[in-house]
Amino acid sequence: MAKCSVIQGEAQRQQADKRLEYAKFRRAMTLVVTAVSMTPLLLLSAVLYFSYHAVYEGKVFDHLEAVVERHALAIDEFLFERRQNVRMQVDSYTYEQLRDESLLNDRLRKMQSNYSNDYVDLGLVDEKGLQPAYAGPFRLLQADYGAAPWFRQAIAEDRFISDVFSGIRGTPHFIVTARGRKTGGEAFILRATIDFAHFNERVRQIRMGTTGLAFLVNRQGEFQTNLRPDETVDHAALAELAARDFSKSLPAHLEKANPQNQTMIYVAYPLKMKDWILVFQQEKHEAFSHLYNAQLISVSVLLLGGLAIVGTALALIRRMVQRISAAEQDQEVLQKQVVETGKLAAIGELAAGIAHEINNPLAIMVEHAGWIDDLMKGENTSGMKNFQEMQNSLKEIEIQGRRCKEITHKLLSFARRTDSRVQETQLNDLMQEVAGVSAQKARYGNTIIRLDLDPDLPTVHISPTEMQQVLLNLVNNAIDAMNKPEGVIVMRSHRDGPWVVLEVEDNGQGIPQANMPRIFEPFFTTKPVGKGTGLGLSICYGIIDKSGGTISVDSTPGQGTAFTVRLPATLPGSTAETQQPESIPNKGDDI
Amino acid sequence: MTMAKVLLIDDESGFLEVLSKRLETRNLSIVTALSGEAGLKALGKDHALDVVILDVKMPGLDGIQTLQMIKKDFPLVEVIMLTGHATVETAIEGMKLGAFDYLMKPCDIDLLVQKVQEAKEKKAKHEEKIVQAQLKEITSRMA
Repeated sequence: MAKCSVIQGEAQRQQADKRLEYAKFRRAMTLVVTAVSMTPLLLLSAVLYFSYHAVYEGKVFDHLEAVVERHALAIDEFLFERRQNVRMQVDSYTYEQLRDESLLNDRLRKMQSNYSNDYVDLGLVDEKGLQPAYAGPFRLLQADYGAAPWFRQAIAEDRFISDVFSGIRGTPHFIVTARGRKTGGEAFILRATIDFAHFNERVRQIRMGTTGLAFLVNRQGEFQTNLRPDETVDHAALAELAARDFSKSLPAHLEKANPQNQTMIYVAYPLKMKDWILVFQQEKHEAFSHLYNAQLISVSVLLLGGLAIVGTALALIRRMVQRISAAEQDQEVLQKQVVETGKLAAIGELAAGIAHEINNPLAIMVEHAGWIDDLMKGENTSGMKNFQEMQNSLKEIEIQGRRCKEITHKLLSFARRTDSRVQETQLNDLMQEVAGVSAQKARYGNTIIRLDLDPDLPTVHISPTEMQQVLLNLVNNAIDAMNKPEGVIVMRSHRDGPWVVLEVEDNGQGIPQANMPRIFEPFFTTKPVGKGTGLGLSICYGIIDKSGGTISVDSTPGQGTAFTVRLPATLPGSTAETQQPESIPNKGDDI
Repeated sequence: MTMAKVLLIDDESGFLEVLSKRLETRNLSIVTALSGEAGLKALGKDHALDVVILDVKMPGLDGIQTLQMIKKDFPLVEVIMLTGHATVETAIEGMKLGAFDYLMKPCDIDLLVQKVQEAKEKKAKHEEKIVQAQLKEITSRMA
């Protein structure tokens, strides 16, 4: 019993090992399959992603640059026109003429009506910075611009456009000037103020999406147009752009995270002789929203596809491993059967050898006992006081000798069968014969034998004598197993594909589970000593196995036992050698 | 007067000895031989032998071979095969080759004696037929 549990433990350990091995195998397979299928997919995706990204980004910037350039050129054009307008006034009139405020007013009106109402006012400023004549809505006559920074630049240059500033009037504006000469040779300038709001609006019109906006800054990073209160600009980025030298590539772009941690893109274009820079800014997220959408879709597809691949790989591998494991189990069962058969054959041979060696001395012993018996008959035994005892002993020797003979004969037939010539045999006939022979014995045990035979049963290539022995054994066992008055033994035959199936079923006491693995072993018996040799079923097993069939048992203790014999049927027009089914079907209860 | 003259061939001397004693007490005259060769010699020497009880398994000439030679050289002698194996095949083969019957060792002595008697009777009848035939021939020649 202890040994048994050790063996069981060993088997469990082996099973666990095998499971572990399968798990390892499955993991390795999954890894390989996933890697092989996912790697090209990921590589391809990465390549596509980066090249598409680069191309798309380039396109977006190109587009933005084109837009910004167009607007910058338009603004430049606008400034140039304004400058030309003022220039023309200086070229057309002398200082003295311009000092006449009515002319100046007239000119302002003309400019406003001819060009645009951008012009706010006109002023004549002499070389000292005093404004001797002024036309416009503000009271700026005799204003002194001598200290204004723009004046020093304007007086030094032929024409000039200032940055936006608030100046004396206190509202943001910028001025356009042209320099002329008095008759005395002193310089003077005519300045025109450009309506800031109007100009501002021009730049503000450049909008894209919800976050794309444009503004003008000078090289010091000071705004030349204003922003709405909800619009913010990152001054660090602005400073970086303002510091750019635009001589190499005209439009410049920049990508920078603002303090709110949003990545912004900036496109800048210089204008007004590179004094000013038109800057367009937009949240990168919005500018590339199409790209990001495409990316989102691609990544989703990639993820889903990857999941599908991994899932399929897992499922397939699981199935494969299951198949392999099932095949291995089948093989193990088969191997067990082969080993079992070999074991039985070896035991059979051994038994036969022993039986043969014992048989001769046994014969001599029995003969000697007989001889003593003979001699005693010749003696005058009336005087012998133990004569009867001796007689009994001799009788017993003879009886036991006969028992031994029976055993040895059965053992011998287990190894070397009686009439083992095979021929086409109709098993139904054999079943009927055996049922007839056993009926008498069965009746003593209050048992009836019922036949349930398939009339279209094919023949089987087998030795009828041996088959008869098998059936007799099974029926005898069934009768012996009866422990109740209404014993019923059913002998059935039917066809199952290439097999002829015979069943001997009883409703007797059944076989205890513990005995099941051993019932086909030689010398295993549960019958009382002297009643059974324990060879019947092992002989049956040997015969059926040799004939290419299987014998199996199904038993429920207390309810009965069914032995099932499957033999290869002879197909019409074929010989036994060619029609044997290729594999023996495994039944769970096969021993 | 013995019932029959029997030649017992077996390689086991112990068996031979006790069986011959038992058969002798049953009114049979026994000659023994420990091998097939010795048996054939004995048959050659003693033409009065009626029945041979022959063990199937022996070293040297085995039962079947000995049987064949007996049937060849002494066709009138009846042979009863005694087999240690439950090999009915050998017995059947022996019967086909002309053996009278077979018994399995260890055998019932009375059954054996009965078989010997039957064999002897068969032989006697056979011999009688031969004698009759010879007589017929002689008488027909005389006539």
